[in-house]
Amino acid sequence: MKVHTLSVLVENKSGVLSRVAGMFSRRGFNIESLAVGTCEVPEMSRITITVHGDDTRIEQVKKQLNKLIDVIKVSDITYHEHVRRELALIKVVANPGSSRAEVMQIADTFRAQIIDVGAKTLILQVVGPPEKIDALEKLLRQYGVKELVRTGMIAALRGSKTTAGD
Amino acid sequence: MKTGAKILIEGLLRQGVTTIFGYPGGVVLPIYDELYDSPLRHILVRHEQAAAHAADGYARASGRTGVCLATSGPGACNLVTGIATAYMDSIPMVALTGQVPTALLGNDAFQESDITGITMPVTKHNYLVKRAEDIDTVLAEAFHIAGTGRQGPVLVDLPKDVVTNEAPDPGPLKEVSLRGYNPTFKGHLRQIEKAISMIAEAERPVIYAGGGVIASDASPELIRFAEMTGIPVTTTLMGIGAIPCDHPLNLGMLGMHGTRYANYAITECDLLIAIGARFDDRVTGRIQSFAPNARIIHIDIDPAEIGKNKVVDLPIVGDSRQVMICMLDRLTGTTDRSVWNEKISHWKVQYPMACPEDGVLRPQLVIKTLSDLLDGEGIIVSEVGQNQMWTAQQFCFKHPRTWITSGGLGTMGYGLPAAMGAHFARPDLPVFDIAGDGSIQMNIQEFGTIVQYDIPVKVVILNNMYLGMVRQWQELFYDRRYSYTELPSVDFVGIAAAYGIDGMRVDSADQVKEALTAAIDTDGPFVLDFRVEREENVFPMVPAGAAINEMIGGEKK
Repeated sequence: MKVHTLSVLVENKSGVLSRVAGMFSRRGFNIESLAVGTCEVPEMSRITITVHGDDTRIEQVKKQLNKLIDVIKVSDITYHEHVRRELALIKVVANPGSSRAEVMQIADTFRAQIIDVGAKTLILQVVGPPEKIDALEKLLRQYGVKELVRTGMIAALRGSKTTAGD
Repeated sequence: MKTGAKILIEGLLRQGVTTIFGYPGGVVLPIYDELYDSPLRHILVRHEQAAAHAADGYARASGRTGVCLATSGPGACNLVTGIATAYMDSIPMVALTGQVPTALLGNDAFQESDITGITMPVTKHNYLVKRAEDIDTVLAEAFHIAGTGRQGPVLVDLPKDVVTNEAPDPGPLKEVSLRGYNPTFKGHLRQIEKAISMIAEAERPVIYAGGGVIASDASPELIRFAEMTGIPVTTTLMGIGAIPCDHPLNLGMLGMHGTRYANYAITECDLLIAIGARFDDRVTGRIQSFAPNARIIHIDIDPAEIGKNKVVDLPIVGDSRQVMICMLDRLTGTTDRSVWNEKISHWKVQYPMACPEDGVLRPQLVIKTLSDLLDGEGIIVSEVGQNQMWTAQQFCFKHPRTWITSGGLGTMGYGLPAAMGAHFARPDLPVFDIAGDGSIQMNIQEFGTIVQYDIPVKVVILNNMYLGMVRQWQELFYDRRYSYTELPSVDFVGIAAAYGIDGMRVDSADQVKEALTAAIDTDGPFVLDFRVEREENVFPMVPAGAAINEMIGGEKK
């Protein structure tokens, strides 16, 4: 079992996301994370999906994705050199005079930005691979995480190669 | 400028559509108005489910894409079982549905249902058309997707304003190009060459042919391939007709209710060549014990089927017919398979698929007699259950596209409407619907359609006053506790008469031939109510979870 990162190029049409998500749920494939957005070609979108499974199962996931008419290209970049990033917003309890300084110090260590300062809370913005966000969240839990918002992971191949294949 | 409805009907005609099956309603009024003086023939069914099954039966009998039409909401929802049936068996179909006007979409308007959402898992693709200008392109794409690659149903949802609005004349038919859809037709040459050498090395090979052989019209190539290599062929339920039943290399159907000799051949073979088949659980039984000693070659147009249920040694993605043509070109020399074929012949003698002839009115006798009378020249449609399995076992099919049945979904009520569709595809052939007393009552209202259009379908009801297949499982695995499977006697001849259809009730074995002859000799429709042995079972049978050579029943008496 391994977590695979799939970069999927799709038509930018209504219903595409539900076709992709529906295929995963009805065939019993579990999505760990999914992020969708526009891409370098205006009429297409790129979906980054992380999915758990052994090689046979991942092969089946890729083939079933490819069968969807609105899916243009499926790239499994797991075994290729790539960068992975996710963004998270973490609203953490940080009362002045008590934990605020410690939270700010942790933020600094993780190179997280403080993007909102409230009376009793701070919002941290952190960017990195999902494991880094997991680690930061775990550390901040002792102060009280009031809200955690994650974008889902996105990924790109290193160097001049692209997942569009040209 | 033309209305969307006109563009739609003209688009259907340009696709070569001659017949559609449908049922009108509120939001499709503009389409029906356009149909009123169109050369397109519209068959008015009695329930939308029947429209979908009729389009499906039409497609299976003809090889062309079937078309059905229904209104929004309940009309569209009633198509769903028929669409799912076509999807499971990879049947080309375009389903057209009306929808509430675009301005009301999502408002829970009268007769609104999210039919593209509902049918997403049971269509190859679907469309919600938002502008009259898009109708022509969408229709061309729908037919292209439905009829190519691994075929399947495509639904096109048409809001009322989209068909009433006007758009410029779309001009000549454009070629469809979809960057996300490029099926592979030609097999990979190196893989094909590997297959040839695996075949040359094999001592005990078997071909396992499925519905893909029928879909790609590869029957002549399959027969030639089997004859040139001396390899015996077993077919799935969907593959029946790909090779004539009386061909010496034909092993009949394999799987749960297959022949003992087909299942034994699979279990002992050293090379399994799967062509257009998908290793369904009803075929394989316990998958680990399926072809346990064999290397496996899998030819299929859908790459997702390869390795889905069973690990294969050599995949070849491509159209069955194209791949076999390529293989036929490369066959060199023949391997002596006489020892293997003699062993199989021995099994055939030892464990024949015999029809009990003991003077009792048994369902198998009805099928066997019909088979003898028609001599393979006709279209046989079935419902689902015991009637379907007895027909698959006892009827001697000689041509592809003459056996029409709901294999994957197993839809009771499929047979009668599919038989209507088959008639419009092949009006030159007699069409029989083999039914049980349970399944015929699921779409019996279609007697109305049959009368209205004088469709000469002959309905053979194997009436045992039970939901027979479920009763059989209750007998064998639930200690004969017949929980809700007994049906009261119904006067089917009386029902037929009420619709204006001739019929006959048959109570004894010696009337079978006479009754079937009467049906064949009748020009119009005919209903036969055979009061068969009530607790007859379908044997041989592989119990759920067993290996396919662990069969019960069907030993030599």
